[in-house]
Amino acid sequence: MLEIRNICKTFNPGTINEKKALDDVSLTLADGEFCTVIGGNGAGKSTIMNAVAGVWPVDTGSIIVDGTDISGLSEYQRAPYFGRVFQDPMTGTAADMWIEENMALASRRGKRRTLRWGVNRKEREEYRKLLKSLDLGLEYRMTSKVGLLSGGQRQALTLLMATMRKPKVLLLDEHTAALDPKTAAKVLEATDRVVNENHLTTLMVTHNMKDAINHGNRLIMMSDGRIIFDVSGEEKKKLKVADLLEKFEEAGGEVSDRMALS
Amino acid sequence: MAAYFSSLNPVALWNAAPGGLAQGLIWGIMALGVYISFRVLNFADMTVDGSFSLGGATAVMLILAGYNPHVVLVVSSLAGMCAGIVTGFLHTKLGIPDILSGILTQISLYSINLNIMGKANQAIPVGQVQVYFTSNIRYLGQTIALALVLDVFVVAFIYWFLGTELGSAMRATGINPNMSRAQGINTDSMKVIGLALGNAAVALAGGIIAEYQGFADVKMGQGSIVIGLAALIIGEVLAEALVGKRLNFVVRLAFTIIGAIVYYMVYVFVLWLKFPADDMKLLTAIVVAIFLAVPYLKEKKNNSFSGLARRNAKAQEKED
Repeated sequence: MLEIRNICKTFNPGTINEKKALDDVSLTLADGEFCTVIGGNGAGKSTIMNAVAGVWPVDTGSIIVDGTDISGLSEYQRAPYFGRVFQDPMTGTAADMWIEENMALASRRGKRRTLRWGVNRKEREEYRKLLKSLDLGLEYRMTSKVGLLSGGQRQALTLLMATMRKPKVLLLDEHTAALDPKTAAKVLEATDRVVNENHLTTLMVTHNMKDAINHGNRLIMMSDGRIIFDVSGEEKKKLKVADLLEKFEEAGGEVSDRMALS
Repeated sequence: MAAYFSSLNPVALWNAAPGGLAQGLIWGIMALGVYISFRVLNFADMTVDGSFSLGGATAVMLILAGYNPHVVLVVSSLAGMCAGIVTGFLHTKLGIPDILSGILTQISLYSINLNIMGKANQAIPVGQVQVYFTSNIRYLGQTIALALVLDVFVVAFIYWFLGTELGSAMRATGINPNMSRAQGINTDSMKVIGLALGNAAVALAGGIIAEYQGFADVKMGQGSIVIGLAALIIGEVLAEALVGKRLNFVVRLAFTIIGAIVYYMVYVFVLWLKFPADDMKLLTAIVVAIFLAVPYLKEKKNNSFSGLARRNAKAQEKED
């Protein structure tokens, strides 16, 4: 479903701040695979996410989704293929617009935007049902501005918006990092549910080793812009945090406090 | 002092009021154009000073060439639209910062407007051509009615457009461009379309004002961005005070026009007080600065280091 072929990206080339962020990375996700990505600061885990989403073009290599090479498409042009949830709860929604308006925007991802009215009655009923499934009481606040919601509510809504039109690949970029542990657990639970129900191919970046082990059916570890460990299936189920730390030190990576403590 | 007050003529104020109302209704269209760039797109568009004059210049020259005074206003809007597209192109395709790309278009329009008119100003031969938006006191009622109808139409159009799929995408672009791109919205095109619409409204108002005052001047748009902002902000403050929480979108747009009317009523009043006309732009700038500063200062008063230091010092004094 998602195929990343030998992508490289160097930031600030030719300057003192030159940084090789992705070094010949290749990764293939099968249809329905849920892969977690773990690594220290500057390992390249968010970079690989941005490369796939098209925030900037990669230097070399190609990205193929469902047989289509999308590496030459800009961010908005490849949006039809992806559902995205970001680290910062503010990033995924338009704060000054209503909940239903945000959902209407998301439901038109990849469609031509015309001069028809932005949201119709039939859609409103669908949105109400979808919101009800979140169990946050948002179905009664459809004409509230999203800016009034808490961080957790906004992330849950963003997740819903990312999946209401089934994406080829769901991209989750540390989407629980800014939430308190209890809310983070709830959002992760909702993530598991929506991924399983829709059989979504998913790439989830996290700095939390336990989450990386407990969620999904594949795990990759990155260090210095390279994938240094790739495990799936039964082997992944048996994985322990201690194993990951060991792997990490083997590769010469520095274990950050954030990773060790989580 | 007494001589000053006795020199003020209440009848003159009464006579000047309808003119203020008419100008306010016309400038309201301009303020709605500023609303699209400044509030919807979050883009401080300096093009408007140039596109206002462009609308005026286009209208007057076409009237002089014998075209119908209504039809020429359509051409004025189209000319403004082009100016907005140029600014959008400079910003989105050439990477020039928003304010600077507006200023570049504005300054080039100064030359373009001089070329359109052939000199710094051109008058409509009032005796020979009948314009519909006239300041002639006998037809002022007609002008006011016509401007009011046009205002209703423009408000309805903006309300409809911003409610459509395309308009929603434009609003999202102004609020959160990252999210918009992730939802497949071409944020660059949205900005260009928004700037085109905003400047079309501004140039339309410029064309009507030229008909109203009977001439176009290359400098007639100078400072119009500030007047537009003044109308916008006065409207917002009034709406907040009068309608408060039940403020919906149509009312918000309508209050932009009311803001323009209030601005021109105050303008007429201040002139009646014999305030020198040359200082009006200074006064306008001061009013806008105050209204923009008030929310910031209010916030700062409740949330500042120096405020905390004062409160702590006071508490300390009490203890001693």
